[in-house]
Amino acid sequence: MKVDCLIVGAGPAGSMMAKEMASLGYDTMVVEKRQEIGAPKRCAEGITKHGLDKFGIKLHPLCISGRIGGAMLYSPSGKRVTMEGKEMEGYVLERKIFEKWLASEAIKKGANYMIKSHAIAMKRHNGMWRVEIQTVEGKKSMEARLVIGADGVESKVGKWAGLKTVNKITDYHSGIQFEMANVNAEENYIHLFFGRDVAPLGYAWIFPKAFSSNVGLGILEKGAKMKAYDYLIKFIKEHDEFFKNAQPIEINGGGVPVAHFTEMVADGVMLVGDAAQLVNPIHGGGIARALHSSIMAAEIADKAFKRNDFSKEMLKEYERKWDEEYGEKTEKLMKLRNFLEKLEDKDFELLADILQGEDIFALTQAKLSFMVRKVITHPGLLKLAKKYLMD
Amino acid sequence: MIKVDKNKCLYCGGCVGVCPVNAITLYETRIEINDACINCGICIKFCPVGALEE
Repeated sequence: MKVDCLIVGAGPAGSMMAKEMASLGYDTMVVEKRQEIGAPKRCAEGITKHGLDKFGIKLHPLCISGRIGGAMLYSPSGKRVTMEGKEMEGYVLERKIFEKWLASEAIKKGANYMIKSHAIAMKRHNGMWRVEIQTVEGKKSMEARLVIGADGVESKVGKWAGLKTVNKITDYHSGIQFEMANVNAEENYIHLFFGRDVAPLGYAWIFPKAFSSNVGLGILEKGAKMKAYDYLIKFIKEHDEFFKNAQPIEINGGGVPVAHFTEMVADGVMLVGDAAQLVNPIHGGGIARALHSSIMAAEIADKAFKRNDFSKEMLKEYERKWDEEYGEKTEKLMKLRNFLEKLEDKDFELLADILQGEDIFALTQAKLSFMVRKVITHPGLLKLAKKYLMD
Repeated sequence: MIKVDKNKCLYCGGCVGVCPVNAITLYETRIEINDACINCGICIKFCPVGALEE
């Protein structure tokens, strides 16, 4: 069987790509190894309104399980800083529904889907990729001029195409999460918790949903004394004010690529979303970037089809476009991450005293230089800030 | 070779993304480690639930 564009993976990136390619009139096939699109979920399900509006995405109301009006940040000793503002507004999605909805949008545009269909190998053949797929009906083979790797952190497509997509453990959060019922956390806010003993080199979170909450954390192994799971159990035990009568209804694990190393294209191959390590290095959110990467990739893919040129050189325009839009910001946020990784609990306490909510929002937008002015009277922090945040 | 405790594994696939020799594959509800494994232990360090061991 031959198609124009074969997409491996039906997460947010894969289905967005499918929607774009099918809309442009290309014969598009999506293969998804799981028997249910969207489950088990792989994140805390948050996305900013801006992250959707930017691409004109109007969610089906069923995709939304909670609303975000701001964030409450907690220092190790429990000092709280509240961030609010239009830019902070967003949604906690119900990803099981969101991903099925996105797939249905792609299907309406003409995309084809195969579920419980696992791409297990891929080889170059007469200028096309031949992909072997294990399905309920047995092994199938499919040929395509363009293969999209939307296959997540466990991506194989890039590796088969010779790209070095391995994540470094120093830049890859070990994530764990319970969805819990009956959590006593203020709705309309996401709650973020910092501290060396809370979530080393990462943070813990509570994202309230309609009748449950995502409660999880991400850590970096180099700062950890135990497994992410153990930190989460400890976090829940130590916060009776939130979890006294709460019980888990789902558990999720996951790797979060908080740095972007990999090349994004090879001959006849483009990587999108987590497969291309496209995650905000500070908060670890990846849905908006995944959607955007697919929109960009489809634009360049369209050019490639029109010119009948699927060479790496041709497809490289996608990578250049991505770097133009996100390169500088990602680099600054990496600096900020390096700075935060050096902080001791006492430094977090100090930051909670001197920073206002809007300051922290500015930081997450990669506006860093004001931070140095803010900490100018605190020699310990100033040294760190100068070293890691100055250009 | 690294072993998987199937009772603990959440099949999140996170270990696949850090394996330097592409020895791990995530199937729908299990991971498999093949002979390419060099016992480097990076996946063990990553695993959020401690489902991997030598």
